[in-house]
Amino acid sequence: MSRKLQFDQIRLPPTCDALRQEVRAFLAEEIAKGTFDPHRPGHGDSHDRAFSKRIGAKGWIGMTWPKEYGGHERSFLERYVVTEEFRVANAPVRSHFVADRQSGPILLKYAPEHVKADILPRICRGELCFVIGMSEPGSGSDLFAAKTKATKVDKGWRINGSKIWTSNANIADYMIALCRTSPPTNANRRHGLTQFLLDMKTRGIKVNPIYQMSGQHDFNEVVFEDAFVSDDHVLGEIDGAWKQATSELAYERSGPERFLETFYLMLELVRAIGPEPDTRSAEGLGRLVAQLHTLRRMSVSVAGMLQAGKEPVVEAAIVKDLGTIWEQKLPNRVRELTAFAPPEIANRVTLDEQLAFATTIAPKLTIQGGTTEILRGIIARGLGLR
Amino acid sequence: MVAGKRKKQPIVTNDSDHIVTESAARIFADLADPQTINRLDDGAWRAPFWLALADAGLPLAWVPEQLGGAGASLADGFAVLGVAGRFAVAVPLAETLLAGWLLTRAGVAAADGPMTIAPSRPSDRIIFHADGTLSGSAIGIPFASEAQHIAVLVHGGEGIVVALVAASDCMVGEGQTLAGDPSNIVRFERVKPLRYARAPFGLDHTALMLMGSVSRSVQTAGALESILSLSVSYANERIAFERPIGKFQAVQHNLARLAGETAAALAVSGSAANTITQSDSFDEAAFLEGASAKIRCAEAATEGSAIAHQVFGAIGFTKEHVLHRFTLRTLAWRDDFGSENYWAAELGRRVAKGGAEEFWPMVASR
Repeated sequence: MSRKLQFDQIRLPPTCDALRQEVRAFLAEEIAKGTFDPHRPGHGDSHDRAFSKRIGAKGWIGMTWPKEYGGHERSFLERYVVTEEFRVANAPVRSHFVADRQSGPILLKYAPEHVKADILPRICRGELCFVIGMSEPGSGSDLFAAKTKATKVDKGWRINGSKIWTSNANIADYMIALCRTSPPTNANRRHGLTQFLLDMKTRGIKVNPIYQMSGQHDFNEVVFEDAFVSDDHVLGEIDGAWKQATSELAYERSGPERFLETFYLMLELVRAIGPEPDTRSAEGLGRLVAQLHTLRRMSVSVAGMLQAGKEPVVEAAIVKDLGTIWEQKLPNRVRELTAFAPPEIANRVTLDEQLAFATTIAPKLTIQGGTTEILRGIIARGLGLR
Repeated sequence: MVAGKRKKQPIVTNDSDHIVTESAARIFADLADPQTINRLDDGAWRAPFWLALADAGLPLAWVPEQLGGAGASLADGFAVLGVAGRFAVAVPLAETLLAGWLLTRAGVAAADGPMTIAPSRPSDRIIFHADGTLSGSAIGIPFASEAQHIAVLVHGGEGIVVALVAASDCMVGEGQTLAGDPSNIVRFERVKPLRYARAPFGLDHTALMLMGSVSRSVQTAGALESILSLSVSYANERIAFERPIGKFQAVQHNLARLAGETAAALAVSGSAANTITQSDSFDEAAFLEGASAKIRCAEAATEGSAIAHQVFGAIGFTKEHVLHRFTLRTLAWRDDFGSENYWAAELGRRVAKGGAEEFWPMVASR
């Protein structure tokens, strides 16, 4: 084994307590206003641009980014608190979350100065929605098989091809797209891909909806026909995107959103079994609580290690592997543990609605953002098996 | 003849900042190397090993110097238990540490030599009589047959008492764990303690079960680290179908799952130990952390041991192979100080009683 597994004992600093109370008060107010219903499933994964702007006004988007770009220079642990409170409340964050977690940090690192100055403050104000353009009909987990082609033209590039499974493409303002700019070499099959920042209003970009079995529409197919992108919207090194694509993944993988998307099920389980549960229900609940506490402690630890400049790549992959499998199994565990609850329990309708929804979205949890199989490959490499 | 590697394998023991854990690791490696003692038929290694541990002050690490111990911190003691887990140490080190801790909390001077604690199961109670003797029975007392003294948590008419008794004054039954370590029923019949004192506020039966559970969790996580390390080394060496089995994706994914279980055990046991180190008042936070550690580490032991044995194939479940020294101990430790089933039911009841509104704030408070 190349090195030992490490989980530093990170506790959220006291400054996080006040922030957490502030976030809870804000969410309670929004719930009271009717912005969203914490019990209705699906909200945590839906979008509400006006709500995102109010979150931005609170300073809770781009929290860790430099102030000169509209950020707030707060710690990753403070961002962690905000992220988990929004997920637990089942609040609609889809409009800004991708930009906050992934796209913004990529722009910060690789976009030209004037692009950063233009776009990052707008992300922080909750005005912009981003979409990730990675998967294609012929390349999913095998990212480096991407075929969408960017051809050099005067002052920019012409893009042709298609991206698929693009969440938010139907509502997004910008896409960060992975495109082929050169063929792969024999020495490096990852060579030849470049990241571009695309304005979704660009002529030649067409978005076709793909509906999921849950009834949701967030997937889309995005077709590019001679879509033009200017040279200053190239992100990072031409042909060298493979060096960039993995740098922020530890944050993306290990966050609390990886196991808290359907947290409402846990709350409804507690309501369903009541204050004096039988042994079977109590034991089942206790195990879930212990497993959730463990995942959260691991996730906080990774956030703290990243904040401290460490690179817990394997630990982050483990958090996502364990977290997503735990959450994927959650609907059926809750179904089993409430199987003998009296039919007249007050929250039966809510519970059934949540179970139905969570069961239909459960398969995506171990696929989006790195499949179980890909994660285990990363862990195996970290163990020194590859 | 079963095919497979039999050479001695290194066990990872690096990266400790603590002198205490380094000296512990050196003693474990020199005098109780799992590979070496696994080949020995007799227990002749035990006496010199215990002497070396005692010389280093490890068994009484949690006893302050004025009470005859080494006065190490709770954190250092837990760190030693983690290393002991990595070596699958088969002497009552954890038990003596816990006994020293229990006695010290009540201000009772510890005894030299191996000790253990009673009770070690949630349902057992020892009763204190008005004449100063104690009665009752406790099952599954680890290493009672090897211990010279037992630290006992006793329920008396006026509260809880911590007593030190001589093992020879008790009836100690036969019995052993899955791993072959002593695990005995101990009967106290009007036993007169050598010394005793009232337990301080907050030190109750649940506190003892939690402290024992966190110790077992830390040991389990350490053992899983070695199980993972042994399994990865073996997968990289063992050739089948003309390549190391670790090159097969199915084996890699099993080992990745084992790494996940090990990681979960390390994180949650470390978190619980850290919680008790910060405050040993055994409040609600300690209950969530300690119960969760025992539950999740026991689950990791079950899953992790099964995966490791699958990786090793037939050689892994032979007597001569060292793997069982780790896997069987992690499986046996599941039952000490409350099984995962016990703690899950207790934790579930607490959460249910608090209701949905208090649930997330409780999780988020850690």
